[in-house]
Amino acid sequence: MKLVSAVIKPFKLDDVREALGDIGVSGITVVEVKGFGRQKGHTELYRGAEYVVDFLPKIKVEIAVDDSMVDQVIEAISNAARTGKIGDGKIFVFELEQVIRIRTGETGADAL
Amino acid sequence: MNSTLIPRLFRPLLAIGLMLIPFLAFAQEEATLDTGDTAWMLTATALVLFMTIPGLSLFYAGLVRAKNVLSVLMQCFAITAMMSLLWAIYGYSLAYTDGGSLQSIIGGLDRLFLSGLTVDSLAGTIPESLYMTFQMTFAIITPALIVGAFAERMKFSAMLVFMAVWMTLVYVPIWHWVWGGGWIANLGAILGLTEKGGAALDFAGGTVVHINAGIAALMAAIVLGPRKGYPGTAMPPHNLGLTVMGASMLWVGWFGFNAGSELAADGTAGMAMTVTQLATATAALTWMFIEWINHGKPSVLGIATGAVAGLVAITPASGTAGPMGAIVIGFSGALFAFIAATKLKRKLGYDDSLDVWGVHGVAGIVGAILTGVFAAPFLGGSGLADGVEGIGVQVIIQFVSVVATLVYGGVLSWLILLGIKSTMGLRVTEEQETMGLDLSQHDERGYIL
Repeated sequence: MKLVSAVIKPFKLDDVREALGDIGVSGITVVEVKGFGRQKGHTELYRGAEYVVDFLPKIKVEIAVDDSMVDQVIEAISNAARTGKIGDGKIFVFELEQVIRIRTGETGADAL
Repeated sequence: MNSTLIPRLFRPLLAIGLMLIPFLAFAQEEATLDTGDTAWMLTATALVLFMTIPGLSLFYAGLVRAKNVLSVLMQCFAITAMMSLLWAIYGYSLAYTDGGSLQSIIGGLDRLFLSGLTVDSLAGTIPESLYMTFQMTFAIITPALIVGAFAERMKFSAMLVFMAVWMTLVYVPIWHWVWGGGWIANLGAILGLTEKGGAALDFAGGTVVHINAGIAALMAAIVLGPRKGYPGTAMPPHNLGLTVMGASMLWVGWFGFNAGSELAADGTAGMAMTVTQLATATAALTWMFIEWINHGKPSVLGIATGAVAGLVAITPASGTAGPMGAIVIGFSGALFAFIAATKLKRKLGYDDSLDVWGVHGVAGIVGAILTGVFAAPFLGGSGLADGVEGIGVQVIIQFVSVVATLVYGGVLSWLILLGIKSTMGLRVTEEQETMGLDLSQHDERGYIL
């Protein structure tokens, strides 16, 4: 099992959710985060005083999937979240040791 | 009808009769009271109070950091309450009434505790109570403007003391000099430029309100010193939505300020409203475009600040300038205020937190000088001061009145601030400042999220 964690532009969330739904992903977790990569931050200007804001608002989407699904998920997110401009985000893939469904006690792939 | 001619015994009967016969009562109304003027001035008075609470309060509240939002709201609110009482107790009397042998310097004591002011007292064509209250709203907003200069660092107790003393020693005398028949009202003659009179033109308070508040603000910013971390730490406004709402309320309320200063519902009031709108609109766009050209984007804070600068600049000229003069005044006010608030302040290093000097002081000075220019009939104005021949003379009079206000207001404000600093202290402790004034001064928080 893998945990796919994608940082994307906030306005792309709906597209990503839809793309993941289309390939049969059954659950996603979304967190509002802040950060920067190569895009860096932006400047704000108040009566001539410039402030550099390093951290931009982003959305982090987390999906736990079976190994067989990983490539599909990455492709779906990449396609849906891409604008071609700087700041589109990144996808991280982690090894996932265990998954437990709290209600039933199922574990592993059955719990996904 | 002269009420003193009516035998005392018959007055109650007459009063009842007047109540029973409204038409007759109307016909026999005191000849000099004008109900139209009175109605307008009741409205104008409410509008000017609207400028302070909520207008100015919100304008400032949005500009400070979240931990100080309540402190500026509280300061404006408390000033409103305190100045109302002080104005009624002695401010109005010392400003407005005849000072006898001291008339050129200060007014008299005839209206101390508002003694002698009854429902029948008139000031021109409106009730004197209304005139007194209208002027009370000016005595409220002027000190409230100063709050912006020392925001985020002054002790609340010290603020109250400063405002009470400042209103007494600075605001009231300058009011009297300009509007109460004091020496600035006869400046032309004093300078030998006119045979008599030659008043400095200040229709709605460019000198009395804005330059006066502006120079006190600058002194406060200097004596208190910069906020902890200024200018290295970012201190962006915490809620520009509040600021825009406040600025919008200022814009609306200012019609009471400027058109109300005619004290009548007439053509001058109408024109005052027109020029106020035009100058403000011009100034808002001026600031917006300067910023757009300089920085690539038109900012919301910029257009709102520009509007305030325009309102300030047209204030002294609102009773004398014509529409095209107003546009020039609005443009100039915004241009100079922009330079002062965004460039000069950073160069000189003082921390006028919310730009009271930059906006009110500087736009006030520009407006006061240009008032002398655009009052001229051939530039669309309604005429120079009585006894003044030529723009040059009027401009000199305006200039001297500005310098007098800057010097007197500046020195007195500085002395008052030093006095408070050496006794009760002006500033909160470093720890309190970091914590924010909301918690450290009031044990409250603006936002519980």
